[in-house]
Amino acid sequence: MRIPCPFCGPRDSQEFSFLGQTGLKRPDPNAPDAQKQFHDYVHIRDNKAGLTKELWLHANGCRSWIVVERNTLTHEITGSEFASPLTKEAAQ
Amino acid sequence: MHYSVFSIISQAFKGQKDWKPVWRYPEPKAEYDMLIIGGGGHGLATAYYLAKNHGYTNIAVIEKNYLGSGSVGRNTTIVRSNYQEPGNIPFYEHSLKLWEGLEQDLNYNAMMSQRGVLNLYHSDSQRDDYARRGNAMMMHGVRADLLNREQVREVVPFLDFDNARFPIHGGLMQWRGGTARHDAVAWGFARGADSRGVDILQNTEAKQIRVENGRVTGVETSRGFIKAKKVGIVAAGNTTRIAETAGLRLPIESYVLQAFVSEAIKPLIPCVVTFGAGHFYISQSDKGGLVFGASLDYYTSYAARGNLPGVEDTIEEAMAIMPSISRVKLLRHWGGIMDMSMDGSPIIDKTGIDGLYINCGWCYGGFKATPASGYCLAHLMATDESHPVATALKLNRFETGHVIDEAGTGAQPNLH
Ligand SMILES: Cc1cc2nc3c(=O)[nH]c(=O)nc-3n(C[C@H](O)[C@H](O)[C@H](O)COP(=O)(O)OP(=O)(O)OC[C@H]3O[C@@H](n4cnc5c(N)ncnc54)[C@H](O)[C@@H]3O)c2cc1C
Ligand SMILES: [Zn+2]
Repeated sequence: MRIPCPFCGPRDSQEFSFLGQTGLKRPDPNAPDAQKQFHDYVHIRDNKAGLTKELWLHANGCRSWIVVERNTLTHEITGSEFASPLTKEAAQ
Repeated sequence: MHYSVFSIISQAFKGQKDWKPVWRYPEPKAEYDMLIIGGGGHGLATAYYLAKNHGYTNIAVIEKNYLGSGSVGRNTTIVRSNYQEPGNIPFYEHSLKLWEGLEQDLNYNAMMSQRGVLNLYHSDSQRDDYARRGNAMMMHGVRADLLNREQVREVVPFLDFDNARFPIHGGLMQWRGGTARHDAVAWGFARGADSRGVDILQNTEAKQIRVENGRVTGVETSRGFIKAKKVGIVAAGNTTRIAETAGLRLPIESYVLQAFVSEAIKPLIPCVVTFGAGHFYISQSDKGGLVFGASLDYYTSYAARGNLPGVEDTIEEAMAIMPSISRVKLLRHWGGIMDMSMDGSPIIDKTGIDGLYINCGWCYGGFKATPASGYCLAHLMATDESHPVATALKLNRFETGHVIDEAGTGAQPNLH
């Protein structure tokens, strides 16, 4: 699998480390149902079959966090972008 | 037909003409008492024990592919009970005890071979850690032997004991562990269930679990709707896909794990050997092939095939303990989908939907669990109570904080 890093270009997936699905938001600890929300945040995942957006760290490269669009049924990668708008701005 | 030495000899004289197909290919009935989704080892074992221990025979197993097409036919066949967490040891030990009587019980040769499982340690601190694990096992009445370097050398003299980075200091041995023929386990349970009247419906995919007023009413399948009072999800790597049709969200992610087999060589490795400085395990099949594997590929996947970095990593680990096999040719390698749970331990529980049960989270270790997993899920589905050895394997342990994290790596499934 080759992952297109927006900064370094296409690189071997071995240079990256995988974190998992995007879009998890740290819940408000003061919310009345904070315990349930934290349970979901820490333990529950979509585990989608098909197109996913997930966080990868280009650990042995530019060390940016990137969002990779990948199909978990085929391993096909269809896009990537910097996870942080600040990184995106700095790279321009 | 009962299998015995006499049936084999008599068939030899009759031109092998009387052997019958081992299970039927029935048409689905409109309604069953219970439906099991997934005809892997665990689903078939569940059906077998539901029939044998609890007298349920109006039940069916639905399998989207052919029997044994999932991980039950793809694993590296290691069977052991050398766990250290209190929630796990009694369960896996129950499983090992079932393995010990399984072939007689099923009247089927599963080639269960208690050749020993040896976990190597490579440093003083790792020895202490393994001693602790051995002690935890012994406190639950499971024998473990901490071997020093010379004792290990007696068992497996061909290892690279003086490897500069990972010298072998000794190992923790469970002599009762070993290997079994994986497909035969699926076939044996299938035959046992079928002969007790269980319908095994192959090429029948569960598409949608139907729930009405908080109660399961049946399953929409590729061969039509099948009504059922109780449904068990036993779909291993595909668990979340079918569970989400009932609105369940689970602490599970699916990953691909690869396995490898070499060309056949003369008997070399007498037991299962695992490398302690990485994650690598190897044994030799009765045909002579070396069967081995390492860690999973680190990203979520439903494609039952892996990538080359996983291959390279596995081969490197093999070389770190057994450079002697560097020129053995690789025959085949393949992948299987694993249902990795957030703490690395399995779940056998109710779901909050009446009549819907779940059995998942088997990670790397579900083959050894096959008999006990079926035994305990059958107990749960028949009695609505967890079996005493499975009381810790609850779905809500992630909420209550009673996680069973053998590896201590936290809620990051690809690290378990
Ligand atoms: C490469 C590899 C090596 C392994 N090595 C070991 C080992 O050495 N020791 C060990 O203990 N464990 C090992 N495991 C783990 C073990 O194989 C699994 O945990 C175990 O087989 C899972 O249970 P199962 O047999 O029921 O799964 P499976 O055989 O995968 O059964 C699940 C079945 O459900 C079916 N299914 C899924 N969705 C649907 C649907 N919607 N409708 C109908 N049917 C459906 C699938 O087709 C499949 O047949 C290994 C796994 C892999 C992949
Ligand atoms: Zn980069």
